[in-house]
Amino acid sequence: MILAIASGKGGTGKTTVAVNLARVTGFTVGLMDCDVEEPNAHLFLKTGPASQEIVGIPIPQVDETLCNGCGDCSRFCRFHAIASFGGKPLIFSELCHGCGGCARVCPRLAISEANHRIGVVETAQMENITLVQGRLDVGVAMAPPLIRAVKARLPKGVPTVILDAPPGTSCPVIATLQGADFVALVTEPTPFGLHDLELAVDMVRELRLPFGVVVNRAGSGDDRVHAYCNEKNIPLLLEIPDDRRIAEAYSRGELIVEALPGYRCHFEKLWNSIGELITT
Amino acid sequence: MKIAFSTSGDDLNAALDSRFGRAPKFLVYDLDNGTFAVVDNRQNLDAAQGAGIQSAETVARLGVGAIVTGHCGPKAFRVLKAAGIKVYNSNAATVTEALEHFKAGKLVEAGSADVEGHWA
Repeated sequence: MILAIASGKGGTGKTTVAVNLARVTGFTVGLMDCDVEEPNAHLFLKTGPASQEIVGIPIPQVDETLCNGCGDCSRFCRFHAIASFGGKPLIFSELCHGCGGCARVCPRLAISEANHRIGVVETAQMENITLVQGRLDVGVAMAPPLIRAVKARLPKGVPTVILDAPPGTSCPVIATLQGADFVALVTEPTPFGLHDLELAVDMVRELRLPFGVVVNRAGSGDDRVHAYCNEKNIPLLLEIPDDRRIAEAYSRGELIVEALPGYRCHFEKLWNSIGELITT
Repeated sequence: MKIAFSTSGDDLNAALDSRFGRAPKFLVYDLDNGTFAVVDNRQNLDAAQGAGIQSAETVARLGVGAIVTGHCGPKAFRVLKAAGIKVYNSNAATVTEALEHFKAGKLVEAGSADVEGHWA
């Protein structure tokens, strides 16, 4: 099963849910930190040494002796990463998504592709958890190719995978959610939490993915998130109370299920609820 | 020589648009015979990215030697420079006014972009 933990609003507790859930499964699990702009799952897991792989995307290179300036490459590129105006095309690698289309449409085969580094993927182990995380290089804006690289390193033969998504509802989140069997949307009971939850719900409905909601810091705001879930028939998978001890454990980089074993059953219940929702 | 002006209108009395990449239109004026033509650039108004690059490519393909506009960002400037097109920044209200400034030699050729991308 591939379970994605997502949210509209940032800072609602995606990583908290992901790492604690990974810990209580009790069997081998792959935890993929897809928030490649600021991966943080590793802060809560005392892993062994990480192996690192460099990830790049293919960027066009133009052979001046073959190019006749026809402009087919530039007309094809919807990201305007290649400009042609008669002479040798200019390439804006920071805009390139690495799709390879310009090389394919070039009638004179003047375009080849060179690897352009965008970040790294790191893999490390902590007991039952294989942690795979992406780290986007500073100044790079193109997260989806790195997220796909993280997901391509799903540990082989591991039946259970947890994807820790970036916040929001844009391309990096879509890249994370593709291929998931279920999405847990983490929110908080505040007007902001509800507003962004509604956006996230629209997104997962568009993607036709089964989903449920986790309310973090329950008891801290109002009851509008609960009313919304009730009205829309959205399963409420778990409520994590607004408990100062949780925040303290978090700030020390500890897992809730280890610092406060009383909460173990919460995450076990979450795991079971999701399992039941998927099988029914 | 032909010279392009960023504009939102259809004639010489139209306003000079302060944006280059996302200018709605370009008025191309032919200094040799005093005629002009207007080219639509609306496809770039809503571009998610690369509007300046695409606009620079458009004016390059029009065969102009210079562009007069309010502001020009770094990516557009790189394309215009590679295409050998001179860039003149102007805060003139209309195309006519900018053209007169150009003819009178009051405009100074820009040596670099004068704004960051996505400035407006």
